[in-house]
Amino acid sequence: MTTILENTADVPGGKPVLPEKPEETRGLSQGQIVRKRFFGHTGAVVSMFVLALVLLLSITAIGLGPIPGWWKYDYTQTPPLMNGGHPTLQLFPFSLGDHPFGQDRVGRDMFAMTMRGAQISLFVMIVVGAIAALVGVLIGASAGFFRGKTEAVLMRFTDMVIIIPALIAAAVVAQAAKGPALLAIFLGLVSWTGMARLVRGDFLSLREREFVDAARLAGASNRRIIFKHILPNAVGVITVNTTLLMSAAILTETALSYVGLGIQNPDTSLGKLISDNQAAFSTRPWLFWWPGLFIVVICLTINFIGDGLRDAFDPRQKKLNVRRVKESPDRPQEQGVPANRKPSEGGPSSALSSGYLENLDQPADGGEGNEETQR
Amino acid sequence: MLTYITRRVLASLLILLGASFIVYMLVAYSGDPLQDIRSSNLPGKEARMAARTEALHLDVPPALRYFIWLGGAVKCVVPFVGQCDLGVTLQNQPVTVALSAAIPTTLQLVTTAAILAITIGISIGIVTALRQYSTLDYSVTFVTFLFFSLPIFWVAVLLKEFGAIKFNTFLYDPFIPNSTILLVSVVAGLLWAVILSGSWKRRAITFVAAFAVTAGIVYFLSVTRWFSSPSLGIAVILVTGVAIAYGSTVLFAGLRNRRALYSSLIMVGLGGVAYYALQPLFDRATLWLIVGLGVAAIAAGWLVGRFMGGYDHQQSSRAAMLTSFGVASLVLLDQFMRNWERYASDPHIRNRPIATIGAETPGLNGDFWITGIDKYTHLVLPTIALILISLASYTRYSRASMLEVMGQDYVRTGRAKGLSERVVVTRHAFRNALIPLATIVAIDIGALIGGAVITESVFSFKGMGVLFLTGVKEHSPNPVMGVFLVTGITAVVFNLIADLGYSALDPRVRVKA
Repeated sequence: MTTILENTADVPGGKPVLPEKPEETRGLSQGQIVRKRFFGHTGAVVSMFVLALVLLLSITAIGLGPIPGWWKYDYTQTPPLMNGGHPTLQLFPFSLGDHPFGQDRVGRDMFAMTMRGAQISLFVMIVVGAIAALVGVLIGASAGFFRGKTEAVLMRFTDMVIIIPALIAAAVVAQAAKGPALLAIFLGLVSWTGMARLVRGDFLSLREREFVDAARLAGASNRRIIFKHILPNAVGVITVNTTLLMSAAILTETALSYVGLGIQNPDTSLGKLISDNQAAFSTRPWLFWWPGLFIVVICLTINFIGDGLRDAFDPRQKKLNVRRVKESPDRPQEQGVPANRKPSEGGPSSALSSGYLENLDQPADGGEGNEETQR
Repeated sequence: MLTYITRRVLASLLILLGASFIVYMLVAYSGDPLQDIRSSNLPGKEARMAARTEALHLDVPPALRYFIWLGGAVKCVVPFVGQCDLGVTLQNQPVTVALSAAIPTTLQLVTTAAILAITIGISIGIVTALRQYSTLDYSVTFVTFLFFSLPIFWVAVLLKEFGAIKFNTFLYDPFIPNSTILLVSVVAGLLWAVILSGSWKRRAITFVAAFAVTAGIVYFLSVTRWFSSPSLGIAVILVTGVAIAYGSTVLFAGLRNRRALYSSLIMVGLGGVAYYALQPLFDRATLWLIVGLGVAAIAAGWLVGRFMGGYDHQQSSRAAMLTSFGVASLVLLDQFMRNWERYASDPHIRNRPIATIGAETPGLNGDFWITGIDKYTHLVLPTIALILISLASYTRYSRASMLEVMGQDYVRTGRAKGLSERVVVTRHAFRNALIPLATIVAIDIGALIGGAVITESVFSFKGMGVLFLTGVKEHSPNPVMGVFLVTGITAVVFNLIADLGYSALDPRVRVKA
């Protein structure tokens, strides 16, 4: 509970919501509130299911490492061409057929290759996200917390890494070792900069708060203050930025593979599949559609999840929620709905919609809401 | 302020030094620049290897080689020290020469795309912010997320297939089948209904009207084979001009301000006169003539506004200037269209005007209009691809910024003291919403200069991206470093501009001296 109060204390108008409704004073932790809001965001929830489905499909279909999957072909096998390699997928009545996504010029099964590509892309995405988040948080947190010389050195270092193009790192990896893991690690090592800047900004303001002073008075060590007191308050920024990092990572990886600097033969990735097959667009368009579709789906779902998370963590929303909830006091379960209808930004904006003026004319809550916003 | 700038510049120099060292080492250790000679079986292998080693100083270890490069590069940045020397590429071409050929190509590609993406993105963002939670808002949000998730090379290949190959085939016989007309009209109707919104009845009326008008226009274009010899003609220019005049008046002055409206309408009339009067001049057009005419048109707009406006002449001037610019663009477009058939039937083009690769048709000779069209037909697809990709972030940012501003107290005050919604939005909200956008745009432009690598390689634009990419693939540090120098310096400079600009635009923000 204290965390929430702290969190909203300096946001203009973003007053703590929960204590104002007596029947809801039963404390909710920040995690619970965030979860509730997140699950109210239809786009994000649907995206999460779709992403999970893609992940599950790509892993189970061709298996992972030594574990075999349920699909009969591997991405390296070259079964004989059937019917010119046309896709056999049928939606109605649903049947996969022999080669649901078709075959390429030499007969390799496109479904297996796409699944392998999706696996690689998801793997790269997760590793890049994890590494970049870890490095970015560490550097940003130390710079923001210790300030002074530490900050100067760390932030100049960040500025330096920002202007190093990711292509270079990838080119080195493409030479040094041919593997997605190393590529992902190197990409992660050049893409943490935005995260570091954001976390530093958050830490700079959070370290001046009373609860940090209180913790220090109580004898907490620097490490404890950083990890137990400040970091949990910055978790919103970190989570949201990690999703953005991940969606950027998947596009970078596919772009690198497309220009021949990413995943190398014999392994494959979604970007490489498109690159290999773009010349055959007029003769075998399916070779081109499926990998592209998978990239778009993965990236789109990640972006929507990020949007949902941003809504869920954004403290400015609470103001809007109060009003909406008060308009329908008999339906408390609607609390999640405004969050769901809210794209990322702008709690304060409720003033702009004509709804605000109408509210003043016919206050559904007997004018109660106005007192609260002024209190 | 001066202290701040000096400190920033010094810090930036150190950053550039450090980053360039890292990049140089990464490229130098990424592989062997002699590989292509080593694996070849041509005679004189040893001599060629020795020559390249000599030219690239390959006998010096990379860490020291960097300082050789730095010694030459410093002369480029610091004036009057000596000849600029960025080393040579593997093909023994000086990097400075390669760069000076590549930079204009990249700039050409990036500027148009950046300007259009920023204008369109900000307009869409503002409109969606003003109509938050409407169908329009939700659709735009979804579409921007979709664009944001598109890999640019995928879009580029699709554009090549449908925007160039299929479209060129269509141009052989520009007849539009009825089913397509129906589809286009339904989409246009839905679009207008969503944009204009309102009650269900109003939406239905909008839909039907837009459907009918679009169907009529497309049918007309199809029957008259408009696409094979396009032109606007004076009638379309005047009608569109009047629409622009009303639009700009609404935007800048409000329709009540009759003087502004009349100044804009006068500009449309002048544009119509100029359309006929300037025809002989257009036949001998050069780039500078066109630029000069454009400036003259805007100046005329200002003058007309000044004389018509009376007390509040600035509003009239603005409206007239925007109208004048719009009409001038229409006249210019019409001129290009008139030369379209001549261009398409050129033996170099062979009636396949929309190009998929390169920045210009090799060997094409022609006057200003022909080379101009050639440039545009080559630029159109990469520009569309770049716009689609970068539109999303501008839309999101400007929407967020506008929402933030519209919730501020001074906006409420503006409404409370009885200002019209137009004044509140354009004068109080819009200007302040642009402040955070200015910094984002400055940083983005810095990043964009070198950021079109993939687009350039898909469309075979011989710009900096391709130079960079070949350098990386050949493990040759010099071209990579040349491009890095350009992009690094622009990024650093634009970052500085962004910070200074912010404090100039928003007096509440002060830079730390």
